Amino acid sequence: MNIGEELINYETVSLEEVNTWFKVASIEDFPENGGACAVYRGLQIAIFNFSRRNEWYATQNLCPHKQQMILARGIIGSQKNEPKVACPYHKKAFSLKSGKNLNGNECDLATYPVKVESGYVYVGFKE
Amino acid sequence: MKKVVVVGNGMVGYKFCEKLRSKASSDKIELVVFGEEPIPAYDRVHLSEYFSERSSEKLSMAPKNWYMENDVTLHTGELVTSIDRENKKVITHHGHEELYDKLVLATGSSALVPPITGVDKAGVFVYRTIEDLDNIISYGKNVKSAAVLGGGLLGLEAGKALMDMGLETHIIEFAPRLMPRQLDDHGSATLRQTLESLGLQIHLNKNTKEIRGNGKLERLAFNDGGNLEVDMLVISCGIVPRDEMATTCGLNTGPRGGVIVDNQLLTNDPDIYAIGEVALYNNMIYGLVAPGYDMADVVVNQLADGGKKEFKGCDMSTKLKLIGVDVGSFGDALGETPEAKTIVFEDEQQGIYKRINLSADGKRLLGGILVGDASQYNMLWQIMDNELALPPAPEELILGSRGDAGSDALGPLPDSAQVCSCENITKGDIVNAIKEGNLENVGQVKSCTKAGTGCGACSPMVADILNDTLKSMGKVVRKVLCEHFDYTRQELYDLIKIKNIKSYEDLLNTYGSGDGCEICKPAVASLMASIWNDLVTKQDTIQDTNDRYLANIQKGGSYSVVPRVPGGEITPDKLIVLGEVAKKYNLYSKITGGQRIDLFGAALEDLPKIWEELIDAGFESGHAYGKALRTVKSCVGSTWCRFGLHDSVSFAVEVENRYRGLRAPHKLKGAVSGCRRECAEAQSKDFGIIATELGWNLYVCGNGGANPQHAQLLAGDIDSETCIKYLDRFLIYYIRTAEPLNRTATWLNKMEGGLNHLKSVIIDDTLGICDELENDMQYMVDTYKCEWKEVVNDPKLRSKFSHFINSETGDPTQKFEEIRGQKIPAAW
Repeated sequence: MNIGEELINYETVSLEEVNTWFKVASIEDFPENGGACAVYRGLQIAIFNFSRRNEWYATQNLCPHKQQMILARGIIGSQKNEPKVACPYHKKAFSLKSGKNLNGNECDLATYPVKVESGYVYVGFKE
Repeated sequence: MKKVVVVGNGMVGYKFCEKLRSKASSDKIELVVFGEEPIPAYDRVHLSEYFSERSSEKLSMAPKNWYMENDVTLHTGELVTSIDRENKKVITHHGHEELYDKLVLATGSSALVPPITGVDKAGVFVYRTIEDLDNIISYGKNVKSAAVLGGGLLGLEAGKALMDMGLETHIIEFAPRLMPRQLDDHGSATLRQTLESLGLQIHLNKNTKEIRGNGKLERLAFNDGGNLEVDMLVISCGIVPRDEMATTCGLNTGPRGGVIVDNQLLTNDPDIYAIGEVALYNNMIYGLVAPGYDMADVVVNQLADGGKKEFKGCDMSTKLKLIGVDVGSFGDALGETPEAKTIVFEDEQQGIYKRINLSADGKRLLGGILVGDASQYNMLWQIMDNELALPPAPEELILGSRGDAGSDALGPLPDSAQVCSCENITKGDIVNAIKEGNLENVGQVKSCTKAGTGCGACSPMVADILNDTLKSMGKVVRKVLCEHFDYTRQELYDLIKIKNIKSYEDLLNTYGSGDGCEICKPAVASLMASIWNDLVTKQDTIQDTNDRYLANIQKGGSYSVVPRVPGGEITPDKLIVLGEVAKKYNLYSKITGGQRIDLFGAALEDLPKIWEELIDAGFESGHAYGKALRTVKSCVGSTWCRFGLHDSVSFAVEVENRYRGLRAPHKLKGAVSGCRRECAEAQSKDFGIIATELGWNLYVCGNGGANPQHAQLLAGDIDSETCIKYLDRFLIYYIRTAEPLNRTATWLNKMEGGLNHLKSVIIDDTLGICDELENDMQYMVDTYKCEWKEVVNDPKLRSKFSHFINSETGDPTQKFEEIRGQKIPAAW
């Protein structure tokens, strides 16, 4: 495995599969109840600070509908208590927990574990 | 299996196929249709829309593949020339022969062309088919003036179309009044006054003797010795049933045309029916679409179900919008019933005339006329048709009673009452469909029952019935925002204002539930901006992306930048700055529809730098990204234009600067024209101001977009100060009461009482809120700040404009291509 190589494909990572915790930024750098985009080895990840629920989520930044690098700029919220993000382009909504498309047949999102330690936000990757 | 052949593919012919196929599939009845026109049936009732849309598809009753999908064999462009009754077959002009078991004649009618000398000259047209319209449009391009022969329904429609083509337009009517079958002298006079104020020239009592000119039409000569110089003539003075083929094969026809039918629509041949405008029933040709549909229904009932439905004649009531003027005529409109008593209301100032005719004992409504305001048409028609008891003071029916008297009057409506006359749908049909199908909105009701899909006149009543039925089922019909707020937008407006709530989180904690969503967050953001005028980027994550980054997101994730150019007036120096900025940041440049310049393809992180330069040069945010005031477009006005009455540019600049930054339920556009030539297209805007000799005419609630709608006159000949005052009131009233993302036109369409209600609130202050509305607007004007200036001067706000949280670089995936020397985003 070559650490310097760029990652190309999004693939959901479960907590157990994490080999690398990537340190993104300090909590204060994130907007409240909103998202920001981080780059890890060429891969764009949307990280959401759901401060209202005291929860953090990470998904791919690419909206599968029109292949746009945009989801970090989407509005987050809930649908019957399921946390979600809506793409700014055409309002396709995805579950932040499972990545599932909530209102149509678009592909689901890849999701990544997030942890917060000593004021810093980390996203988990396999490699 | 039976084989049915239909001759004629017009509205009624099509409707027959639709109704037949809903009852009998192709394994029961084979269906073959001949239409002489090259395209399948289209909506002739809305023919004048072809002038603006230029699309026969929009008028189409059903696309070609509908016929295929429903196993209907359609031969277009093929004229049936004779019927061989003995061998039961029809023969077309191609020599094609088709056998039938049952034959349905739906050949319709052609335009009546009176035998006037010179009627064959170039420049003389009839108004009947899309082909006629194409000819009129192409001839009209090279002429200045036109006349319509015939001041009936269709003639006036044609007149409007000619006026829209920019021609000086005359209407010539033989009778002493317009729409002689539907209106009396007073109604005609009221209509005439309004139409003339819109620019139509109307000549009554004119008998056209000769059409003169050298090869082409140059002037019309009348019997009274008068002349009218005109370049073009459109004939619309009646219809002639297309019965020629019926006559030659020996079917009985009337002395003035039309195939004679009995109450089962059968001709004297038991295998041949006639329906629509070719059928002569009880000595009458029904020149409206609703009776034609009824006839189709009766024949389908016999052929598909073996039923015995009868055609019983049909009401010739009609309601329409003629050139923006409501006209309704129903029942015994002219009061010809012996001893009928008449009640009349007339308002010359507003161009309103209403008349109802009562039975001799005063207990029943016989019919009536409505000009200028037909909002009571449905109610009156129902009272007449169902013979409902009249209120003790029947004059209240037309005196514009307040409140929701309209729906009260519909309360006792029996289930058998016909609501949609085009599709023959009763109130009971609609109520049952709502209950059985669990329908919850008008769209569902329309697609399920077909009610309101014809002329659409009954749509408001369908909505009323839906609301009443839902209420009776105990369903709440409040239009709440979303699952997180059990309040309407208007209720939230009041809560935010009265409880002095300044943040979304506070509102959600106090009055909402859950965590919000992409519907309520921007809606509340808009409300707070409309009420408090705080900087929107302070609560950036509840904004849609455009408001969050104060720019318009485009394909590929880049943004576009539109500085304000009030009234579309810009100095050369400022133009140069725009050019320099566009060059420096490599931005695609395009002039917008609102007289501004849009710079596309800016990276998120470049936005503050771009704006810093623009602000240094004196530009401000144009709010192109917001549901907010966009532009106030202007024509050049009296400073330069030889036709201009007032300085439209200065007024547009003043108005745009007054309302800049104003956030609303949807975007707002305005325009100011310096004369009634209307170069600024003010009547297509949310508010449009047009100079008159005496001041300004203020129009409101127009829009372009998917469903274009002309703005309507709110107040005429007012001075600048009054105009601003009315605008202040109008805009705040809209902001307060509209549903989310409803533009002013939709808002007005849904408003109970419509324009009259709006006028009473804005001009007569019937709600007593005008001071409040003006104060609210003054607050917005006083607290205006340029959002981009705030951001540019605040390092913390500036730092939000970056693509990555952990890198300074922009989005490396953004890709651009080139077109005509500028960049565009790679296609998605």
